[in-house]
Amino acid sequence: MLDTRTKPILEVKNVSQSYRTGAGETGAQVLDNVSLSLTEGEIVGLLGRSGSGKSSLLRIISGLTRPTDGEVLFRQEPVTGPYDSISMVFQSAALFPWLSVLANVELGLRAKKVPEAESRPRALKAIDVIGLDGFESAFPKELSGGMRQRVGFARALVVDPTILLMDEPFSALDVLTAETLRTDLLDLWVEGRVPIKAILMVTHNIEEAVLMCNRILVLSSNPGRIAEEIHVTLPYPRNRLAPEFRQLVDRIYALMTRRAAPATLGREGTFPGLGLGMALPEVSTNTMAGLMETLAASPYNGHADLPPLADSLQMAIDDLFPVGETLQLLRFAEFAEGDIKLTPAGMRFAEMDVDARKKLFGDHLIAYVPLAARIKNVLDERPTHSARETRFLEELEDYMSEEYAERTLKSVITWGRYGEIFAYDESSETFSLENPT
Amino acid sequence: MSRFVDLATRSRSALPNLFDLIAFALIFGAFVAIVHGTRGMTLPLQAPQAAAISLDYTNLPYYALRTTLRMFAAMFASLLFTFTYATWAAKSRRAERFLIPALDVLQSVPILGFLSFTVTFFLGLFPGSTLGAECAAIFAIFTSQAWNMAFSFYQSLRTVPKELNEVANSFLLSPWQKFWQLDTPYAMPGLIWNMMVSMSGGWFFVVASEAISVGNTTVSLPGIGSYLAQAISEKRIDAVVAAILAMLVVIIAYDQLLFRPLVTFGSRFRFELSASQEEERSWVIQLFRRTKWLRALTGLPARAFGAVALWRLDLPIRAKLSPAADAWKERILDLVSVLIGGAAGIYALWLLSHFVMTSLTLGDIEQALWLTFLTLLRVLALILLASLVWVPVGILIGLNTRLAERVQPLTQFLAAFPANVLFPIAVVVIVRYSLNPDIWLSFLIIFGTQWYILFNVVGGASTFPNDLREAAATFHVRGWDWWTKVMLPAVFPYYITGALTASGGSWNAAIVAEYVKWGNQTVTAHGIGAYIAKATQAGDFPRIVLGVGMMSIFVIALNRFFWRPLARFAERRLQLS
Repeated sequence: MLDTRTKPILEVKNVSQSYRTGAGETGAQVLDNVSLSLTEGEIVGLLGRSGSGKSSLLRIISGLTRPTDGEVLFRQEPVTGPYDSISMVFQSAALFPWLSVLANVELGLRAKKVPEAESRPRALKAIDVIGLDGFESAFPKELSGGMRQRVGFARALVVDPTILLMDEPFSALDVLTAETLRTDLLDLWVEGRVPIKAILMVTHNIEEAVLMCNRILVLSSNPGRIAEEIHVTLPYPRNRLAPEFRQLVDRIYALMTRRAAPATLGREGTFPGLGLGMALPEVSTNTMAGLMETLAASPYNGHADLPPLADSLQMAIDDLFPVGETLQLLRFAEFAEGDIKLTPAGMRFAEMDVDARKKLFGDHLIAYVPLAARIKNVLDERPTHSARETRFLEELEDYMSEEYAERTLKSVITWGRYGEIFAYDESSETFSLENPT
Repeated sequence: MSRFVDLATRSRSALPNLFDLIAFALIFGAFVAIVHGTRGMTLPLQAPQAAAISLDYTNLPYYALRTTLRMFAAMFASLLFTFTYATWAAKSRRAERFLIPALDVLQSVPILGFLSFTVTFFLGLFPGSTLGAECAAIFAIFTSQAWNMAFSFYQSLRTVPKELNEVANSFLLSPWQKFWQLDTPYAMPGLIWNMMVSMSGGWFFVVASEAISVGNTTVSLPGIGSYLAQAISEKRIDAVVAAILAMLVVIIAYDQLLFRPLVTFGSRFRFELSASQEEERSWVIQLFRRTKWLRALTGLPARAFGAVALWRLDLPIRAKLSPAADAWKERILDLVSVLIGGAAGIYALWLLSHFVMTSLTLGDIEQALWLTFLTLLRVLALILLASLVWVPVGILIGLNTRLAERVQPLTQFLAAFPANVLFPIAVVVIVRYSLNPDIWLSFLIIFGTQWYILFNVVGGASTFPNDLREAAATFHVRGWDWWTKVMLPAVFPYYITGALTASGGSWNAAIVAEYVKWGNQTVTAHGIGAYIAKATQAGDFPRIVLGVGMMSIFVIALNRFFWRPLARFAERRLQLS
């Protein structure tokens, strides 16, 4: 399947990664037995949703963190820490605000004790190549987001890396800026004006991956595993409107929704990692209600194809997927093969008035979200009908990182308040059954 | 103004833990040990030949210069301390567990009470030389400056954005490079702000520490503080006024020449992604930018510093990311460090109790407890009183943008002005009208620190969003409701910051304010401050330790059980945005 004539530059072998809980014990798995390789001349995309561990994987490859298990080989040498031949572009550009554009770009060279006489022209050239001529003395805060990311690229390129790692480099930019930056980078790459041998990029944007990559690795979530490998053979520059391009995008949409819901629709198995250990996304009840209303109305009438839906709502898949998944979890929608379809309950919800919606939502919440049911149960059983938040937080932290636990609990609090199944007092951090009268 | 936050209030648990106790015992134990040691060395203390302080006005510029130099020497020491202590605490989890509680205790200890210890120690170190006295004075100022700077630096280092850290790591910056390229610049705005606060606080101590007598040893160093002390003992009101004026000039000069430029410089390091609307301005920097030779001249050290900051200085053993296999080793080291710390703490506690109990009885402790309670009442009552006055005034000023802009520099100046300079005047008044010192001396406690409340409230009110003001107006929220539901909650977080700072300063001021002299007249109030001051005068070390220790316990308890819960509440519930 790979071009076997050339040896891979980089190999990731059976890498697993687990969270470290506060006590230093290993917690839930982020990455499970991931293997991949990178060969000269390719752009590989790691496509996955939040929770798929794609950023963790990138940091393991860059040597910034060590995996709990497995190893990374760069040109057959094991990686034990950050090394010279890679450089990284960050989502937020991560520039040093107190350094000028030039000084930011020069930083990596100066740290390596490259004399100024050599580092200065190299930095200027990198700034020139990336199209920032004239901004050398500007400070990051004077630049727009796109310009800042260009500095990020120049800084990464100036050290002549063998591999360029990119962590969602375009996701913090607006649509137009992101598009110019993508094409500029592709031009540099295709024309061979940058000395990089391979690019590995993390993204959650399906179209972006299809536009840029030779090979796309689709990661599943919780824990992250490589679910699918897709070769993209379309020639550059690629046309987003070409039927082949659209087909590929549709196929990946289907793949990603399939991974989210392994077929069976019963009381179990619809949501990855069921039970209390399920990490819940932060989705507002307004967004859920809004999506259900949109789906129930024409032209969808309860059933929609995801790519056009995402387009018309101007939502990236990373925004749309959590909403769809939550609706599916609550049995308001079915979410599979690139489609979303409202269940009868979802259709009814869309027609109801506020109070009836809250009632229905609360019922579904208790029935299908184990954490909500647990909280309700504890409150019912206790004579005081109240319980501290930490009680549930600690329980959750057995399954997931502190950050995810907090987010999960926060989501359930919002949903529970909306469904009026319990009350929560923020200042005392307690749940109770009493609503203020 | 929101930058002016006592960072110690943030995110740490309120309840004192084992480490607090260890830190407390160690710190006081160390002082006792020092006094023990030096007393044995040279008794009686040899006072340096005190340079006679002349009340001639023409001497004032020279005295002012000496005082200022002392301030800067102390600031330099504080910076050294900050860079080492705070960095160590931020980079080593094991060290952090001892260093941070220790810092917390240190910043709660009324530093003026320590003066006698440190004077004894340094005089013993350099018998018969003024160097000892100089060191003692500088050390006293240092102890008033260092802690909050170190705290700010530590907090900044802990909050360096993860991605910037990753950039530094992936470009293989050595620890030394990372410290100068990332950590220090990131911490710079907070550090500069805290340096200003420290400098302001320092004037109070420089005045108190230049002329001090411990037992029969009197030390006076040429400086404004000694000049003032001399003026007081000679009952020369004109000289007191001259000293006040000199102080005014010095404070204005250092603010304009040093701190405005520093703040302007520091704004470069602010971690923000968009250019801020308000640019900090400084005429000194503008002047400097126009010079040619001076710039060329300063370019040299700047470039030298740049080169030093890029040294790699790699350690022979590179700290590698430790794999899980080392976990048990870590735990054993943890245990060992806790055991050693605990043992040292117990020994220090024993030393402390031994030192105090051999010459003191239970009655003494009861007395100290009662007096500290009186001072606590005094501090709380005056903070309350100052709040009743300054919170409404501050809100009204803050809502008027133009007025606020004019008042803000004034209040900051007033906070920097050493109020103890004015204390003797109070004595004159109290004696003339035979007022009750227990009541009227109390006002001196809050005299220098009330401004912190004012300028924080003004700062809070001036950032109050216009939308909310208009919303309140649209719904006809007026009078009592307007105060209690709109403005007071909005400025509360700022108020707490100010009140906390004022409270800390007031405890220190109590040592000076409860025991004030004018010539041969002394006015005393009942309180732990006067107790410490008297014990200092008599060179009664066990009572000083008892007094300062008791006061520290109260200060720590007040901070932990009163101010911090309030600050946390303010942060959670009342923070706008």
